[in-house]
Amino acid sequence: MLRFFAPWIAPLVGALFVCSLLWAVVMSPHAPAIHLASEEFHLQPKAIHYSFEGPLGRYDNQQLQRGFQVYKEVCSACHSMRLVAFRDLEQIGFNKPEVKALAKGWATETPSLNPDTGEAATRKSLPSDYLPGPYPNEIAARAGNNNALPPDMSLLAKAREGGPAYIASLVTGYADVPADLKKKFPDFNVPPGLHYNPYFANLNIAMPPPLTSDGQVTYADGTKATRMQMATDVSAFLMWAAEPKLENRKRTGIAVVGYLVIATLLAFAAYRNIWHGKKH
Amino acid sequence: MSFPWAAHYAPKNPFMRWMDEKLPLPRLVYNAVGAGYPVPRNLNYFWNFGVLAGAALGIQIITGVILAMHYAANGTVAFDSVEHIMRDVNSGWLLRYAHANGASFFFIVVYMHIFRGLYYGSYKAPREMVWLLGVVIFLLMMATAFMGYVLPWGQMSFWGAQVITGFFSAIPIVGEPIRMWLLGGFAPDNDALNRFFSLHYLLPFVIAAVIVLHIWALHLPGSNNPTGVAVQGPEDTVPFHPYYTAKDGFGLGVFLICFSLMVFFAPNALGHPDNYIPANPLSTPAHIVPEWYFLPFYAILKSFTANFLGVPAKLWGVMAMFGAILLLFFLPWIDRSPIRSGNYRPVYKKLFWVLVADVLLLGYLGQAEVTPTVVLLSQLCAGYYFAHFLILIPLIAKFETPLPLPNSISESVLHGEAAEAAPYGTATA
Ligand code: HEC
Ligand code: HEM
Repeated sequence: MLRFFAPWIAPLVGALFVCSLLWAVVMSPHAPAIHLASEEFHLQPKAIHYSFEGPLGRYDNQQLQRGFQVYKEVCSACHSMRLVAFRDLEQIGFNKPEVKALAKGWATETPSLNPDTGEAATRKSLPSDYLPGPYPNEIAARAGNNNALPPDMSLLAKAREGGPAYIASLVTGYADVPADLKKKFPDFNVPPGLHYNPYFANLNIAMPPPLTSDGQVTYADGTKATRMQMATDVSAFLMWAAEPKLENRKRTGIAVVGYLVIATLLAFAAYRNIWHGKKH
Repeated sequence: MSFPWAAHYAPKNPFMRWMDEKLPLPRLVYNAVGAGYPVPRNLNYFWNFGVLAGAALGIQIITGVILAMHYAANGTVAFDSVEHIMRDVNSGWLLRYAHANGASFFFIVVYMHIFRGLYYGSYKAPREMVWLLGVVIFLLMMATAFMGYVLPWGQMSFWGAQVITGFFSAIPIVGEPIRMWLLGGFAPDNDALNRFFSLHYLLPFVIAAVIVLHIWALHLPGSNNPTGVAVQGPEDTVPFHPYYTAKDGFGLGVFLICFSLMVFFAPNALGHPDNYIPANPLSTPAHIVPEWYFLPFYAILKSFTANFLGVPAKLWGVMAMFGAILLLFFLPWIDRSPIRSGNYRPVYKKLFWVLVADVLLLGYLGQAEVTPTVVLLSQLCAGYYFAHFLILIPLIAKFETPLPLPNSISESVLHGEAAEAAPYGTATA
């Protein structure tokens, strides 16, 4: 009995799945795909070259310091960076007294307790403190930003498709709604409090343009602070914040791969030697 | 176990002799991966992948155990503890990138290993048990990798867990209670994270145990080979050591080079940027996609879009997704062709390559944005997947005319040259 039926089980099960799929094909709604403005007018990030690209790439400390300055003077008004401590800034070339001064003079203070009353209080930051954010909590952050939440910046450069180039493109990408778009999508509008930006996935972003004019910050090293320069510098700094071990990683990688290539060549020679004259 | 001409372990060193009497562990190694295990002489590079899978498991266990010393399985701190590993732990970035990419490389080599088995008919008698245990390992790996991906508690961790445990709710009546029992709540939270960590730590050791069984079962009949023709005499084999230890050593080197290139120069290429955003139950990511190694099955799941025979589409999808893997358990009995190697099965060989293209395409479709074309293609590809295993394989087993097989492995290797006809790999050679 079983011997007779067994060969039919697999084809029957297979036919069942295939029929279910065919039925799904037949039943699929043939509605034309909805065409969205964000599909047609969304732009890929600009091509920006960074010193840390490629297998030998390294951070440019001058650039990171400039980028930190932009973060400190512009972005930190809304965006926190909770995973970076002041002392980490020594890695990008600030010395100990500079770090101490930066911590002490930071715009917001580090939350603490009043030692006498136990009430919530704040104090000046120390190099070992993490950068205090601009808002005490999410509710305050939303309340200050039209109900939008400025994301924490510690990992932002790794948390977006396109990375630092996306960030630089975004902050320099604000524009007027193209006439083309208005013609093709009459329903498209920029709700109050939002801003048109073709680099943002749905084209309308809640962040007001943060970099509005050249010379918005004054670089200590004399570099001309164009908007693109500031955007590139701050995005490079954000990459460092997200991946502080990048240089170490690439350097280790060169050594490891070099070692492995030599070891593998030797292993290949050993393999050929052992199999020498043996047909296989 | 093994062939009559296998070399016998005969330690000369007095300590090793003493050891052999008290605990014959060296003897076990000698017979399993030493000179005492005769292996077909004609294995090609596709036979490297089993050893590589073992190496990948080793890398996962070593990096994983050290990661676990610094990781904290609690929703409030899990994400930050991973960042603590990345920033503060000595070489923590290396451990974590090696572990995350190690999972991908584990799947790459296991997929190569599985497709090797499919092409050369390694699942057929007398190696059915080897194959069955392999499918068990594959299932355990998928569970382990899924739960591992939840641990960093980023957006994809959380929403992946939400979607995958959601499959259970497709089961009528008991589905939702089962889902809640698995998660320990209505949605993934601390309870889920904690039990996933516990299981993620446990399962790799279960995998290691099943690998022992897998190799044990393999060593009864011995390895298959590219001709699929059984070993007949000593002239067909070489001892595992030094022949295949040398070849596997070279293979391991190539594997480690590829692995290192990813870990050191593109460590996030296979990951998803959203997983660098802490888990947020209130904000659904625009596209929830699983890790690349699940994509073909994910595409199959999504391709069942219509209710059929009173069964809801979602349940069809879930049954098909699990079915796509479970059918592998039955393959040794579905394929009745006595010829093992695809080299001598002209029709099977063509369909095999169609299957490879089909699965790659499914993988692409699994992450593509859902458009009508993508859905239609997924339906066709999913249909082919089931048709291949359940309909075409039984059919061609009946109707295909195989090419003439060589009389033996050594004949196929030597092409009648007498020069090397002397037996190799015998105890005395
Ligand atoms: C006035 C407050 C404010 C300032 C100053 C500000 N941002 Fe923002 N930013 C926001 C808000 C609000 C959002 C959330 C936008 C949304 O979700 O629509 C945001 C989001 C972002 C995003 C994420 C976009 C995405 O893909 O989700 C990036 C990148 C960004 N800001 C970069 C910067 C940089 C670089 C600076 C400094 C040059 C800066 N921002 C200064 C308020 C600010
Ligand atoms: C079968 C072998 C294994 C596989 C396939 C696997 C897979 C994974 C994956 C995919 C992740 C997420 C990586 C990320 O995005 O960060 C992960 C994380 C983790 N795994 Fe494993 N793993 C394995 C073995 C182990 C073992 C044996 C341990 C510990 C004993 C372990 C401990 C951890 C820990 C602590 C994390 C969280 C830290 C992190 O996210 O990097 N793993 N695993």
